[in-house]
Amino acid sequence: MNLTAIFAIYRMEMLRFARTILQSFIAPVLSTSLYFVVFGTAIGSRIDQVEGVSYGAFIVPGLIMLSIMTQGISNASFAIYFPKFIGTVYEILSAPVSFLEITIGYVGAAATKSLFIGAVILATAHLFVDIQITHPLAMVAFMGLTCLSFALFGFIIGIWARNFEQLQLIPLLVVTPLVFLGGAFYSVSMLPPAWQTVTLFNPVVYLISGFRWSFFGLADVPVGLSLLAIAGFTLLCLGIIWWIFRTGYRLRD
Amino acid sequence: MAPILEVEGLQKRYASGHEALSGVDLTIEKGEILALLGPNGAGKTTLISIICGLVTPSGGQVRVDGHDIRHDYRKARALIGLVPQEIALEPFETVWNLVRFSRGLFGKPRDDAHLEAVLRSLSLWDKRDAKVHELSGGMKRRVLIAKALAHEPKILFLDEPTAGVDVELRRGMWEVVEGLRARGVTIILTTHYIEEAEEIADRVAVINRGQILLVEEKARLMARMGRKELRIELQHRIDALPDRFAAQGLELIHDGNAILYHYDTRGERTGIASLLAELAEEGIVLRDIVTRQSSLEEIFVGLVTEDAA
Ligand SMILES: Nc1ncnc2c1ncn2[C@@H]1O[C@H](COP(=O)(O)OP(=O)(O)O)[C@@H](O)[C@H]1O
Ligand SMILES: [Mg+2]
Repeated sequence: MNLTAIFAIYRMEMLRFARTILQSFIAPVLSTSLYFVVFGTAIGSRIDQVEGVSYGAFIVPGLIMLSIMTQGISNASFAIYFPKFIGTVYEILSAPVSFLEITIGYVGAAATKSLFIGAVILATAHLFVDIQITHPLAMVAFMGLTCLSFALFGFIIGIWARNFEQLQLIPLLVVTPLVFLGGAFYSVSMLPPAWQTVTLFNPVVYLISGFRWSFFGLADVPVGLSLLAIAGFTLLCLGIIWWIFRTGYRLRD
Repeated sequence: MAPILEVEGLQKRYASGHEALSGVDLTIEKGEILALLGPNGAGKTTLISIICGLVTPSGGQVRVDGHDIRHDYRKARALIGLVPQEIALEPFETVWNLVRFSRGLFGKPRDDAHLEAVLRSLSLWDKRDAKVHELSGGMKRRVLIAKALAHEPKILFLDEPTAGVDVELRRGMWEVVEGLRARGVTIILTTHYIEEAEEIADRVAVINRGQILLVEEKARLMARMGRKELRIELQHRIDALPDRFAAQGLELIHDGNAILYHYDTRGERTGIASLLAELAEEGIVLRDIVTRQSSLEEIFVGLVTEDAA
């Protein structure tokens, strides 16, 4: 394992992150605050409680998930798309590094950034509502795995994309709707029965449910199933990346 | 001594169906400077890209210091530094961060003294904290070279290193190349500028339409392929050449004031002595004789047009 190379990639990505740290910090603080003003105050004043949890607190896990998923994808996809776009990818491809090392470097950095943003949101939310975390270890594990798997997913998109439109397409058309419909801001049990069944085909439901369970001990689906879903998604992404580097898909002519 | 680079039957057909390389064989010895000379589209960049791992070959083999570039890619690539044809650099990074990154990427432990020496040799030390987008084109190209040298490669590929580079910078670059050669680094540079090959290469490989037409020591090539030209200036102008000379390929030039004679240095006899004697027999008086050897450029153009025919 070429640890030096992994660290070099990771460090370079984190340096770029550090240059825009203020932006990376302010954006989630601002958006979280807005969500609390709109959802927490306006809607929360009517909903009051969801399964014994105040609505303001109830949406926190969903808010964090929404951000780390979209951020994970956009950070990782950009991280590999940009070198392709400006041509610097030649150096990565000519280096004595394996696909796994390249992936760990880029995806590790993207996941770290998402984790940071997730933590900022959690801290910001804490200023608005009381949050209890029933299973802190599980919370960290769910958050970490989600950051990782969505960064992997973003990495694939970044390799696949041939232009900026394609880079934005999947996050916009697929991920955002899935997250909004995935129970980020409501409990699946609040839906009519027919919609509950439809919802169970949305993979994001499992992630948000598991994450919320780690906070409040409440889940829409069994926790084991949530873990299985996220582990499966991670493995699927790893498999696709392995195939990409083996075949040189969109990287090597 | 084992060759540092062995290319055997290398083929590349791009997805577009275009055959960029059709069976390239090339062996390069340690420590030499090889100029890969060929017109645009000949396949130079494709060849380099395959050796460096950027392009997957359709057939054939490449070994770098005995390591196969596919099965033993870590060992093979660790020995190679690549300066690509197009300038590709992260605009908002500093020069120092970029060279440090390159070294790390190739798995070498941090060594600031080495990086400093590299930057100094390329006159970039003063610019180490500058961001790439603040640099001139020539400086950017030197940054690319610095990145390629950051991990102390044994082979350096320079793909058209002087395209769009001014004369002074070019000279500086050749000094760096000479310095590297003195330390035993093998250098392969592609170019379509003949002067470049003529100036610094030990050997020249001519490539055209995906095939190597010849590989030879520069001096031998020039001697072997060189055609010489003899210009005989006459004391008195003549209206026409006597018939007996027409068959020998003589040409009357300068309005009858000079005669041009082409001959091959490869020939056993150049025929100069007998020609001069025959001219005297015809009563033609000579004023002066000038010979000129053809340059690599003419050799090259000759080869490539022959190949196209
Ligand atoms: N990615 C590619 N896809 C299709 N054809 C290509 C590609 N890259 C190069 N070629 C073609 O292959 C030939 C050789 O190109 P190249 O190796 O860049 O030549 P050179 O470097 O000698 O100018 C050219 O005809 C070029 O158009
Ligand atoms: Mg080229």
